[in-house]
Amino acid sequence: MARNLSMKDAINEALDQEMARDPTVIVMGEDIVGGSGSPGEDDAWGGVLGVTKGLYAKHGDRLIDTPLSESAYIGAAIGASTCGLRPVAELMFLDFMGVCFDQIFNQAAKFRYMFGGKAETPVTIRAMVGAGFRAAAQHSQMLTPIVTHIPGLKVVCPSNAYDAKGLLIQSIRDNDPVIFCEHKNLYAHESDVPEESYTVPFGEANIVREGADATIVAYGLMVHRASEAAEALAKEGIQCEIVDLRTLSPIDIDSVVESVENTGRLICVDEANPRCSIAADVTATLSQEAFGSLKAAPQLVTAPHTPVPFSPALEDLYIPSAEHIVDAVRKTMAP
Amino acid sequence: MSEDSITAVLMPKWGLSMREGVLVDWLVDEGAEIGVGDEIMEVETDKIASAVEAADAGILRRRVAAAGETYPVRALLGVLAPEAVSDDEIDAYIAAYELPADAGDDEDAASQYEFVDTAAGRLRYARRGDDGPALVLVHGFGGDLDNWLFNIDVLAQQARVFALDLPGHGQSSKQLGDPSLAGLAGELQAFLDALEIDRAHLVGHSMGAAVAARLACDAPGRVQSLALISAAGLGPEINADYIDGFVDAESRRELKPVLLNLFADSELVSRGMVDDLLKYKRIDGVHEALQQLAASLFADGRQQNLLAAQIAELSIPTLVIWGTEDRVIPPAHAQNAAVARIEQIDGAGHMVQMEQASRVNALILEHVLG
Repeated sequence: MARNLSMKDAINEALDQEMARDPTVIVMGEDIVGGSGSPGEDDAWGGVLGVTKGLYAKHGDRLIDTPLSESAYIGAAIGASTCGLRPVAELMFLDFMGVCFDQIFNQAAKFRYMFGGKAETPVTIRAMVGAGFRAAAQHSQMLTPIVTHIPGLKVVCPSNAYDAKGLLIQSIRDNDPVIFCEHKNLYAHESDVPEESYTVPFGEANIVREGADATIVAYGLMVHRASEAAEALAKEGIQCEIVDLRTLSPIDIDSVVESVENTGRLICVDEANPRCSIAADVTATLSQEAFGSLKAAPQLVTAPHTPVPFSPALEDLYIPSAEHIVDAVRKTMAP
Repeated sequence: MSEDSITAVLMPKWGLSMREGVLVDWLVDEGAEIGVGDEIMEVETDKIASAVEAADAGILRRRVAAAGETYPVRALLGVLAPEAVSDDEIDAYIAAYELPADAGDDEDAASQYEFVDTAAGRLRYARRGDDGPALVLVHGFGGDLDNWLFNIDVLAQQARVFALDLPGHGQSSKQLGDPSLAGLAGELQAFLDALEIDRAHLVGHSMGAAVAARLACDAPGRVQSLALISAAGLGPEINADYIDGFVDAESRRELKPVLLNLFADSELVSRGMVDDLLKYKRIDGVHEALQQLAASLFADGRQQNLLAAQIAELSIPTLVIWGTEDRVIPPAHAQNAAVARIEQIDGAGHMVQMEQASRVNALILEHVLG
C-alpha cells in the first residue's frame, strides 16, 4: 500500500528492505549508526541527518561505523564488493570525495573494463549534494558532473521520495558502482511511496509535466524549481514539458530529443557550476541530435562559476530560482 | 421557481484517490438542452481523461468553470435549470454554492480501501453502498479495482458493491498460490468467505470474467448471477501480442503502444495511466506473477480455459457485454455463450466498462435487479 513518505524515510526503507532481503548487503560510513556499541536507539542517531536511524536495531553489525577516513572505508567498501558483498557506503557529503577519489574513479570504475568483464563491483556510494543548507562552500556543491564524466560509474540523483526508494533498490541490486546523490534540501519532501520493494530502472527519464511549447530538462531539486516556473508560465499560456533525468549516467537523451522534437525549445537547468555541467552536456548533445527541431537557441540555467557562498542572501541568489527559469523560457519564446 | 429546480454540474470523483481534475473542454454550449447520458464535458485527472455524461436532464444555463482550469472534486462547474428560472436566481445559486468540506479528502480516500487476510494472502478491496444485493467486481489480467472507477459509485447506489484486487495485482499480495484459473476462482471464493458474503452477483472483466465463471461452475451456490464483460473463457483466441507486450514492457515507450489495444479511443491512454501501470509492474514479484498467469492461462497465445459449454449448463442468469472494437479478445466470442443475454456496444474497446460506463452500469443494474 502506498503512503506519503519523506525522501529521507524512503531511503531508510529501501536500505531496510534490501538488508532484509539480501544478507550480503551491508551499510558503512561515518556515524551511520552514531553511537555504535549502544544497543538502544537513544544514542543511535543514524547519520548526521538521521537517514539511517533505526537500521542498527534491526540489522546490527551489518551497519558499520567507520573511522573518519574516507579513503579507508570507501576503499574497503569497493574491495568488499569485488568479494561477494553489496556494500552501501555513505560518503556523507559528495564534497568529501576528493580524499577517496582514486578508489572511486581509478579503481571501482575500471574493474569491469580492465578484467575483461569478469569482475563486478556492486557497490553503492550514497552522498549528500546541493546548496541551500547554509553549510558553506565545502558542504554544498553539486559535483554530479565530475562523477558523470567517468565511464564505469553510474550516477543517480532523485527528485522525490518514490524515485529515491526505487532507484536506491536498483542501485544496490546493480552490479556496477553507483554514485547515489541525495539532495539534502529534498529529505523532507514527501510523495506516495509503496510499502513493497520496487525498482526504478536506470536511464529512463520521467516526464513530470507535459507541454507543447518548451522543454525544461532538470534533475534533483531543480525539478521542483522547474515545476514552479512551469506553473507560473502556464498562467500566461506557455506550456512547458519537464523532463526529470533521474539518472545522469546512463542518461535518457532519447526522451529529451523526443520532447524537443515536439516543443522546439530547450532549457537545461542544473544546480552545478556551468562549465562542463550536465546542462552543458545535454545542450551540446541536443544541438547535434535535434538541431533541425530547435526554434530558438537553447538556454542554460545554472549556478554561477563560483564556490557556494556562506552568506544566506548570496547563497539564495546562487541557486537557480524559478524566476531564472521563467526568464530563460521567455528568451526562447521571444520572436 | 424555487432553487429546487436548479441542478448543479459538479467535478466528478473517479476513483478513491482523485482530489482534483482539469476541465479540458465543454462539449455543449450555454442554452443547450441536455438529456441524461449526454456527454457534456471532457475531464482529465492525473490518471485518466474521459468525457463526462450528464447525470441529470435540463438546460445548461451557465458554464461556471472555464476550460483548461483545474478544480477540486465536487466543485461547481455548471448549472442546469429550466428557462423559467431567472438569471438572478442562478447567480444567487452560484454565489451560495459551497464545496463540501470532505471533497477529495486524503484521509477519506485512504479509509475507503480495506485489506483482508485470506488463505490467498492479503487482498485489497473497496466496499461501497449499504443496501441491496451483494455485487462483486473482478478485474482482468494486469488490472486492479480502479478499472471500475466509473462504475463502482453508480452501482453502489442500488447494491452493496465489493471490488477486489486479485492476488498478484494492484495492492494485494504479489505471490500467487496457484496461477491456474481454478486457483484464482478459489481465491475469489476465499475472499467471499472472508467477507462473509454467502451469495453474490459476480461482475467480471476479461480474465476476471473467466475467474467469475469458473467460480460459478465450481460453487454454483455462491453465485446469483454472472455479468461477463469482454470475457476470457468463451473462445480460444486472444491477442497474444497484447499479453506478451504487457508482461515484457519495461518502459513508458514500450508499454504505451501495448495499452492502446485496450481502448477504441486512444486518447484515453494518458501519461498518468502508463506511469501508474509501470509503477505496479516494477513492484517486486509482479513480473513473476504476470508471467505465471500468462503461461498458465494463455500458453502458446491461446486461451487454455474454455467455459462456454459449462456456463450453458448452469441455471445462473448470465449477461455478456462486449465492445465491438475489442482488440484483445474477439467480440465474436459472445456468441459462444449460448444461454446468455448478449449486449454488443458499438464504438467501445476492451475496456468497455470505462469507455461506455453509463451504458454498462445500466445493463448490470438491470441484470442484477431484474
